[in-house]
Amino acid sequence: MSEILTDETKKVLTAPLVSDNPITLQVLGICSALAVTSQMSTSLIMALALTLVTAFSSAAISSIRNHIPGSIRIIVQMTIIASLVIVVDQILKAFAYEISKQLSVFVGLIITNCIVMGRAEAYAMKNPPLESFMDGIGNGLGYSLILIIVAFFRETLGSGKLLGFEVFPLTKDGGWYDPNGLMLLPPSAFFIIGLIIWSVRQWKPNQVEKADFKILSISHGEGGHH
Amino acid sequence: MLKCEQFNKICSALDNCEHYQKFKVYKDKILALGNDSLEKTIAIAVALCLVCAVLVSFSAVALKPLQVHNKALDMKKNILDVAGLLQEGSDIDSAFAEKIEAKIVDLETGDYVEDMNVAEYDQRKAAKDPALSVAIPKNKDIAHIRVKAKFAKVFLVKEAGAIKSIILPVSGYGLWSTLYGFLSVDPDGQTVQSINFYDQAETPGLGGEVVNPDWRALWKGKKIYSETSADMSEPALSLIKGVVDNAKAGSQYQVDGLAGATLTSTGVSNLVKYWMSKEGFAPYLAKVRTDKGV
Repeated sequence: MSEILTDETKKVLTAPLVSDNPITLQVLGICSALAVTSQMSTSLIMALALTLVTAFSSAAISSIRNHIPGSIRIIVQMTIIASLVIVVDQILKAFAYEISKQLSVFVGLIITNCIVMGRAEAYAMKNPPLESFMDGIGNGLGYSLILIIVAFFRETLGSGKLLGFEVFPLTKDGGWYDPNGLMLLPPSAFFIIGLIIWSVRQWKPNQVEKADFKILSISHGEGGHH
Repeated sequence: MLKCEQFNKICSALDNCEHYQKFKVYKDKILALGNDSLEKTIAIAVALCLVCAVLVSFSAVALKPLQVHNKALDMKKNILDVAGLLQEGSDIDSAFAEKIEAKIVDLETGDYVEDMNVAEYDQRKAAKDPALSVAIPKNKDIAHIRVKAKFAKVFLVKEAGAIKSIILPVSGYGLWSTLYGFLSVDPDGQTVQSINFYDQAETPGLGGEVVNPDWRALWKGKKIYSETSADMSEPALSLIKGVVDNAKAGSQYQVDGLAGATLTSTGVSNLVKYWMSKEGFAPYLAKVRTDKGV
């Protein structure tokens, strides 16, 4: 194992978990993070599907990176990604029918997920296949981590369950917990992701972006001339 | 070892093949070209498309039988479920073959159609086929489905020669999606046994609660048509806002609406109304009522 896990592969595997997380730092892949996180089971499958697609598309793109014509670079990447997504969708329909019914269009939408494309452009085009594969896995795991955290809060608070098992007994079944309907709607994921980004940046202040421009404070003499 | 030998054989056959040699020379020439040359751009695009097309079509074709099987199994499971015959761990295929009988009904007359292949008829496919479907006039299209198949596939559960339940396919638009499901009724063509939706994409947790067993249980024993009207073709059953007060008159025609999902509830109300009206199964149910032993 040790020769496979060189420093570079270790770095690309672990960095995207917190310090270079695709969702919290790069703020990519938000749309699917909103859409599929109302249940833990769909989030897990989505995370797995995205991780596999990112890893294999990065590896494939990286292995032909020296021969990709610059003028059709993006199209080549998209074709590879789209083909892999279709294959994943077909596999889900064949082996996990119930889940694929719940995920419906969102598996297909992995094609447009910025993380896959972003890794292809930013990493796979410049690095060898193995590292690119690991980078895809790492970024997929970073995405998965956030999805799982969001799904954990949304499913427990929104329907009192986790992976379909009861956590809080609901009032309608004679329990004490009145579920929060907002948690089941996509906007709640915005709040949770926002809170996650805030706490990560509190913990690692170097992730805070510099402001694009400064608002000048009005000192005497500058204002009031209009 | 055998595989290895065969692989070697294929390789040597390829080496001897003139076209393959030509292809190899061409490949090396192309790969040596600059990345931005027109010829290489086109060659790479074509090669990539070929590889991807083979990959995609291979997975689609290879997995098709499994997918079709899953779909059919899911449908059977839902039919058994709505008939109240679904048991955990039992074999769905054999239970279905044993207990359920499929029939095709002409929606306009309400008669059974005997000269069609029941096993092969797919009502959802037929709804898309102009020869087998009719457009629904706008003023009558309360379920917002635009077209319906001329023939419906219904399922009967029989016990000792008499019908125990009639399972009717229903569909209609909710908030985001068309809901497809089954409604099972008693042979009196009036009392609901159960309802379920096997294909829908409503908001999970709100409109998506149409699949919740607790909510579906509320449908049991509800009446479809008003008992006071002489003509049993205008459905009275609907979803109301809030919880049904069972002590009130008319509560037998009411089901609790889904909390936080007004539009899905309206959609379900409308689709039941539509499919139980003269446009849907009312003629058929009228015939079932008159001659019971069909």
